[in-house]
Amino acid sequence: MENNKLVVKICTGTLCYVMGGAELQVIDEYLPEDILDKLDIKGAPCLDHCNNCDGPKAPFVEVGDKVISEATVTKVVQAIKEALK
Amino acid sequence: MAVTNKAMIIRRELFSRITKLLMEGRLVEQIDRMPIELRPKNGELSRCCVYKDRAMLKYKIMALLGFSTREDDEEITPLSTFAARALERDAISDIPLTVVDEACSACVRANYVVTNMCRGCVARPCIVNCPKHAIRFDNGKAEIDSKQCVNCGLCMKNCPFHAIVYTPVPCEESCPVGAISKDDEGIEHIDDTKCIYCGRCIMACPFGAVMEKSHLVEVVKAIKDENRKVVAMVAPAIAGQFKAPLGSIITAIRQLGFDDVIEVAAGADVTTANEAAEFVEKMAEGQAFMTTSCCPSYTEAARKHIPEVMPYVSHTRTPLYYTAQIARERYPDAALVFIGPCLAKRYEVYKDPNADYMVSFEELGAMFVAMNINVTESEQEQLDASIDGSSRGYAVAGGVLAAVRKKLGDKVDIKPHYISCLDKASIKELRAFALKPTANMVEVMACESGCVNGCNVVANNKVAARQVRELAEK
Repeated sequence: MENNKLVVKICTGTLCYVMGGAELQVIDEYLPEDILDKLDIKGAPCLDHCNNCDGPKAPFVEVGDKVISEATVTKVVQAIKEALK
Repeated sequence: MAVTNKAMIIRRELFSRITKLLMEGRLVEQIDRMPIELRPKNGELSRCCVYKDRAMLKYKIMALLGFSTREDDEEITPLSTFAARALERDAISDIPLTVVDEACSACVRANYVVTNMCRGCVARPCIVNCPKHAIRFDNGKAEIDSKQCVNCGLCMKNCPFHAIVYTPVPCEESCPVGAISKDDEGIEHIDDTKCIYCGRCIMACPFGAVMEKSHLVEVVKAIKDENRKVVAMVAPAIAGQFKAPLGSIITAIRQLGFDDVIEVAAGADVTTANEAAEFVEKMAEGQAFMTTSCCPSYTEAARKHIPEVMPYVSHTRTPLYYTAQIARERYPDAALVFIGPCLAKRYEVYKDPNADYMVSFEELGAMFVAMNINVTESEQEQLDASIDGSSRGYAVAGGVLAAVRKKLGDKVDIKPHYISCLDKASIKELRAFALKPTANMVEVMACESGCVNGCNVVANNKVAARQVRELAEK
């Protein structure tokens, strides 16, 4: 991990992937160059947020220390911009 | 094409819940509760009320159990009865689609609608220009009688206030061959004599009302039957569907309970060889050009809508055909399950002499979810080394021709032409091409970018294409 970059972890576990997470793999296409420079985007095998079936729903993404459930491209982009403020 | 939307997520959730119940042997006992569990009182609503939501879920569940929604004539038969019938039946229906017709009422009958921007003007050019006298004024506003309207659009063109709008019926708009249309009651019907099974309507309907009749019940029954082997035949596009190597995906499929997993790329080896030989033969005979034949949606389109191109379609069979042949020789009594990307292949499975059932990638993903299998954690199985890499590349547009080219080498002059996305324009293009060919070998795929972009995929097509190509080039 590079210093002072915001870490974005996208869950690539099968549950998240099937329940809409697959589309998050191309999140970089929705972000401008200057924001991408400040990010360290990586896939994570399973972030272990899905074990509580009555709790928040997949797909999950972590932006810094914030967990986003039912993540969509829009939600993640917003969270990234929020975190970089 | 996997674009996330809520209709898609609901379908996957239903699928995974049904799989779980089937595996646990509790389907009949629990299925009546499912619509209520998913739409509890005071929960989130998709429609006017919780009761309509539940009724729509019931119809969708019927489709996932393999029934046509129209089999529920009396509306009093509970899902548990359908589930019991599904578990007992011994044949699958050969009409692959069903429409949840109650959902169609949300769509407009005529495409032109007068909005509340209508000023009720004196000139009334809408009435004056309507050739069918379909417009009348009520309360000082124009109204279109949908029974009279023929969708010519003259009212919209002539309204000085831009008060008339065009509202599409998404399924009809998406169909490249005009196979889906409303009856007098406003219910969509699919004309089997026109349908090419491209699956666009499934993706287009914002209510998720066009459903495939799933083979899930049959597949899980086969998995649970200890006296019968069950063998998966995986389409080359599968290599791009999960964030894991093909070897791990194969292991994960075994974890579901399949006794063996065969790559359809093995059959693609045979397709490549036959396609190459047929091309050489046809060119020697002086035929102007030849087209590929492995996309069943394209071959249906040629048969039903493009008679001009029909004589040029190659007679070589599809990779699925040859793979099912190989699998049947190896396992004479097994249930052979094709795992693939699209509706057209489901249709092909009905016609195939050896393949028994079909599981789509979306359904496979939901089965993994149901059984708590994380593909990224599954061990990598060794791949069949006898398969040519180019056969694994069939799933991406250009892949079939690349394989044939590789087979023939430089000794044969191939002038290629590619069509990857069968729509109204490319159907026209093919018709014109047949009359005035500008190349001698045409690869046709119904989906843009190829099978990785089929109507039942999980992964984003760019990500999937990258993964498939990487494997093919190994």
